[in-house]
Amino acid sequence: MLNFFQLIIIYAGIYALMAIGQNCITGNTGMLSLCHAGFFCIGSYSTAIICKVVGLPFWFSLPVAAIVSGFVGFLIGVPTLRLKGDYLCIATLGLGEIIKNIATNVNPVGMMAVPRAELFGYQFSSRNKFTFILLVWFFVLIAYLLFRQLAHSRLGRAMTAVREDEVAAQANGINVTKYKIGAFILGAAVGGTAGCFATAYTLTVQPGSYTFMVSVMVLCMVVLGGMGNLAGVILGAFIIEFISYFPQLVGLSSVIPAQASQIIYGLVLVIMMICRPQGILGRDRYRYGDGRKTRRSAAVKKEA
Amino acid sequence: MAAMLEINGITVRYGAIEALHNVSMSVDEGDVVALIGANGAGKSTLLKAIVNQVSLQEGSISFKGEVVSTAEKHKKSVPTHLLSQRGIALVPEGRHVFADMTVEENLDMGAFLVKDPVAVAKKKEEMYDFFPILGARRKQKTRSLSGGEQQMMAIARALMSSPHLILLDEPGLGLAPLVVQDIFNKIHLINQQDKVTVFLVEQNARMALKASNKGYCLENGNIVLADSSDALLRNDKVRAAYLGE
Repeated sequence: MLNFFQLIIIYAGIYALMAIGQNCITGNTGMLSLCHAGFFCIGSYSTAIICKVVGLPFWFSLPVAAIVSGFVGFLIGVPTLRLKGDYLCIATLGLGEIIKNIATNVNPVGMMAVPRAELFGYQFSSRNKFTFILLVWFFVLIAYLLFRQLAHSRLGRAMTAVREDEVAAQANGINVTKYKIGAFILGAAVGGTAGCFATAYTLTVQPGSYTFMVSVMVLCMVVLGGMGNLAGVILGAFIIEFISYFPQLVGLSSVIPAQASQIIYGLVLVIMMICRPQGILGRDRYRYGDGRKTRRSAAVKKEA
Repeated sequence: MAAMLEINGITVRYGAIEALHNVSMSVDEGDVVALIGANGAGKSTLLKAIVNQVSLQEGSISFKGEVVSTAEKHKKSVPTHLLSQRGIALVPEGRHVFADMTVEENLDMGAFLVKDPVAVAKKKEEMYDFFPILGARRKQKTRSLSGGEQQMMAIARALMSSPHLILLDEPGLGLAPLVVQDIFNKIHLINQQDKVTVFLVEQNARMALKASNKGYCLENGNIVLADSSDALLRNDKVRAAYLGE
């Protein structure tokens, strides 16, 4: 049982990273994208290839996964930028499927026996889940801090402005295109690192696992927790992961099919939309000047 | 005085429909210029052409002697977001405020390109003095402001970048007559005190012509009248078509 809880916490951490990336694109910048499974796939494959084929250590694959995914995010962002709302959603959905299909065709059997991540001679493996939890959640914490900082920076302000009103953002000198691509790159990069940890944990890569449902699940986490609210999306990741393992957790996996979890979190989302559309922790707002010290307010104080 | 904004024979088509046909006009530095016209005359398209939200099929637009928009393929138009650096500020139709941000945050966004925080703080205080209601509501979400207050905030936000030319798209749209009067008084002050050139697009012809010193009348994509605002107010055609007299 403890073992199983630990597994859920590990996966919640991996998905929390995905959700933080999705949140950057959807929550902060307001673009409804559905291709995070694609970024996840690229991150996983980058790690598998670097660790197994190239033979470099896991720590080297981490930045590579982020950079490669970020680059793909850039490639996806550029042609889809002119699209909005539903159209963007459909286009990104298609592109996510393309990534999955390329992986399936190039490498249909997937990759197995990827070398483990190592730190000072210690091997992170699924046998000792506790250290793996520390590893994953350490990076979730880093991502959380980075993106929280980002939300209150000039870049974050611009992204919020783009979400709120593109016309007004442009009229105020904000290059909407630039910030949209920026959000895609950052969001994709974090999604890639999530794939990196998934590979490090399972030590396998299966092209069939990066389905559209994964993207939907990640989007659900963001919507459930509260768009733009970092703590919210991490909580959302926890809840969705918990729900999807619920049948196994209560020992009814033989009675309740695995797909039932999709019904449950579909239901959870519908209930959320009716009762609390802003998400569990609510939408985060751009909070400049509400006591949080920014460089700008600090400078003004100094002057005064 | 040299023309600040020069529009030279621009034509804009949406597919087969011609929204603007060979339109030429100029806005001199220090002036308040009004563009009046009925619904669908092409007023908003003209404004969109100035800020490069639509592309020109013919003609060009220059600001302070530099071409900012052109139909010529080999010359590049200046994208919308760079115009604010050049000194053009737009108050879009329907206000387009950042509804979930507070008044103060909105004004900060207006000064997005101003790097000096002290200058921004100073400019904000100026705005609060100029629009006392905004000062009183500075910590309030813009969503909770009335239409007139939102319009004032949109104008204040545009002024945050210290523009030389401010473009106002239907500032009186959907507001009570008293509020409209108030806003036009502010526009007058902006022009007189801050020496900001104003280009005003408005359906409310009487108000617009009273507030301006030069007027253009747009009909079906063509400029049909151009004169001083006083003369237009006395013009029989204008009186019959726009002033309901």
